[in-house]
Amino acid sequence: MPKLPLQGIRVLEFGVVWAGPYCAAFLAGLGAEVIKIESIKKFISMTRGQIPRPTEEDLRNLPTSVGATPDRLPGKRPWNRIPLFNAHASNKLGMTVDLLQPKGKKALMDLIAISDVIVENNPTETMEKLEISYEEITETNPGLIMCRMPAYANEGPYQNHRSFGFHIEGVVGHTLLRGYSDMDPSGVTSVLMGDAASGTQGAFAVLSALHHRRRTGKGQLIELSQAENLIPFMGEAFMDYAMNGRNQSTLGNRHPVAIQGCYPCLGEDRWVTITIAGDDDWRSLCQAMGNPEWSQESGFRDPIVRYERHDEIDEQISQWTRSLKPQQVMRLLQEKGVAAGPVMDQQDAYADPHLNERGAFEEAYQEDTGTHLYPGAPYKMSETPSKIRRGPVRLGEDNEYVYQELLGYSAEEYAVLEEEGHIGMDYHPDVK
Amino acid sequence: MADRALSGIKVLDFTQHVAGPYCTKVMADQGADVIKVERPGVGDVARRSGPYPGDTPHAEKSGLFLHLNTSKRSVTLDLASAAGRNIALQLAADADIVVESFRPGTMESFGLDYQSLKTINPNLVMTSISNFGQTGPYREYRGADIVFYGMGGEMFGTGLADREPIKLGQNVILYQAGATASVATLGALFLAQDPADGQALGQHVDVSLMETQIGSIDRRMTALIAYQYTGETSKREHYGGSSYPNGIYPCEDGYFALAGSRVYFPRSVRMLGSPQELEDPKWHTPGAQTDPYLKEEFEELFLPWILSQSKQQAWAAAQQQRVLSGPLNTMEDLSDEPFFNQRGVFDQIDHPVAGLLKQPGRPFLMSESPWELPSPAPTLGQHNHEILADLGYSNPDIVRLRQMGVI
Repeated sequence: MPKLPLQGIRVLEFGVVWAGPYCAAFLAGLGAEVIKIESIKKFISMTRGQIPRPTEEDLRNLPTSVGATPDRLPGKRPWNRIPLFNAHASNKLGMTVDLLQPKGKKALMDLIAISDVIVENNPTETMEKLEISYEEITETNPGLIMCRMPAYANEGPYQNHRSFGFHIEGVVGHTLLRGYSDMDPSGVTSVLMGDAASGTQGAFAVLSALHHRRRTGKGQLIELSQAENLIPFMGEAFMDYAMNGRNQSTLGNRHPVAIQGCYPCLGEDRWVTITIAGDDDWRSLCQAMGNPEWSQESGFRDPIVRYERHDEIDEQISQWTRSLKPQQVMRLLQEKGVAAGPVMDQQDAYADPHLNERGAFEEAYQEDTGTHLYPGAPYKMSETPSKIRRGPVRLGEDNEYVYQELLGYSAEEYAVLEEEGHIGMDYHPDVK
Repeated sequence: MADRALSGIKVLDFTQHVAGPYCTKVMADQGADVIKVERPGVGDVARRSGPYPGDTPHAEKSGLFLHLNTSKRSVTLDLASAAGRNIALQLAADADIVVESFRPGTMESFGLDYQSLKTINPNLVMTSISNFGQTGPYREYRGADIVFYGMGGEMFGTGLADREPIKLGQNVILYQAGATASVATLGALFLAQDPADGQALGQHVDVSLMETQIGSIDRRMTALIAYQYTGETSKREHYGGSSYPNGIYPCEDGYFALAGSRVYFPRSVRMLGSPQELEDPKWHTPGAQTDPYLKEEFEELFLPWILSQSKQQAWAAAQQQRVLSGPLNTMEDLSDEPFFNQRGVFDQIDHPVAGLLKQPGRPFLMSESPWELPSPAPTLGQHNHEILADLGYSNPDIVRLRQMGVI
């Protein structure tokens, strides 16, 4: 078995919510030893749940991301059972430490001295309050790579701006580019594309720095502003403004050129998406529908006319799709080379034959949640298959390994740290 | 020339449209030498996509293409011809990375599949980006960003309950796929260039656009795990819910989003200047935030206020009281945003045909390998001569290749 690409690289993750942890999840998937650093004295909302000790009733009322623990039950340690957290926690190790005490800070600095990468996405002032600075760290470990991922910037007027990812997407323009085209934007769903983009490109930035370090021996400080990082994803809309002074708005599900939409199918809340790119696609669609009379009108041979009469075509396509299951529409159209696919809910995804044949889901075990299927790495590698090596990490699960094996603390010293509130697998009783 | 993060890394790029070119753009912009292979006379399909200046189509003026292909060199090659294939093989022999986005099987038909390239370049990393991956029953299927998002992503949970699910903006799904491919590729390269004895190992990376959404932290993974834990599928919900103020509100010159409810409610009260009406203890009882009558009463006070504020005024007032918030900016707002401009987020790139344009610039800052102004996207075949000359082709050879339509 060849070694994994990042085997031998140690990453310390001070991640909250999604962006930082997702970045570290990529590095862990590539084989790095990622140690997630948490405190049993501080619960950060929307990381290991919304509240530390939800009751059964709380869980029933919370949204799925923080409420859908196995069977909506809290279990002994609810914070290890949260979907929002367990989505990015596989393949990682977990330690706890109280950085507000000198001994905790000392343990951390010793750990940093033997690590390669730090990833963090806290408000800028958090690291300052903890007196953890890149300058200080590199005195002892000049090869260290530190990736900081603030919402806007670690300095300047927006340094302390408060926001969820949803707000950042508004600032960089994504919110006005999506949503129903016949409604004002006040009803759009909160999507968190920015967290995905930050985590992914954060991992790319760290990998770039690792390549650079291999060649030059130098570590470096990366600042990935989550807002700035998302701007290139809006590229063509930005370029339209730069070229034409035009402010694009949402097209809903439509395409600027093709006939495209999301159409109702047989059954409750069942949908299929279809994209008709050109004349060949149009003819294939007509054939698949059985060449109904309306579609044979000569005007429809012209793509310009088709686009003008998009509403009418949508009506007709909907009438056809309503009598079919989404998978049937997909097969009928894909057989003829037309892009179409069901809008898959979670049950559909787990049942999908293609995803199953490709092994997109992998079984993983964790003591507090049991065995479940999780999405695997979003890529396949021929020589070093990226398997889930370990289920979602529990709070403080690897304290013994980190303190005793890596840092060389004796059993006595370990016991003292446990007593002093550094080490544990349960939040301190005072934590709310 | 300053040392860049990916200086010295050679990438041979057979991709087009959005996902593949974005994957190689992020590498090129960090200093990798990316040679983009395009079809003679036609080039990347993105050259045929807008926006164009003045809505006048021109193969060298596509905004999509100009954005996605900075810092790259372009060579045109007819891969179906023996001479074109031969040139591609010579370039691949010298590359660290090959990225391609053809339909599965196409590279094999050119004799440029991973198995063939591996024999001439054993430590090569080859990344194949395709709609649904190199294997599986859907491998030949056609796709579009809405199809990938519908099948792989969290489209089912996006939109309103009584309406059809709705996609994300523009091509963001494809950008995310390109970013994911760039991570997998650089990760694989780290092993392929391992300096330890006998450790270096090349490999083939298979990226499915659909699966980059299945593995996306944008709600999809969480929703998939929630289903595993409870059997619940996701719902389409209006942003905001019952608490207040929370959601997107109209303001004087557009829309403003804020989350100032529940635990943040006292901050919202301060944002409104602590009016006497909101001092009443009824606003601060445990049930207040879910009381629809109180919500209505609050909005009678809040809506006139927010409607009198510009996006920028509302943002300043909200942030002063640490209310999580942000304006819904247009591209004009974004382009004019003083802070982003001051930080140097945008680049002014001078293209020989399209002229000087303000473009999205660096995705992140690096202290030891800082960002440099990217070179403009190449014109079609702009680097044919230098690339072929480097391979040892003489000027008469190059003329012959041109005349035969190989380049």
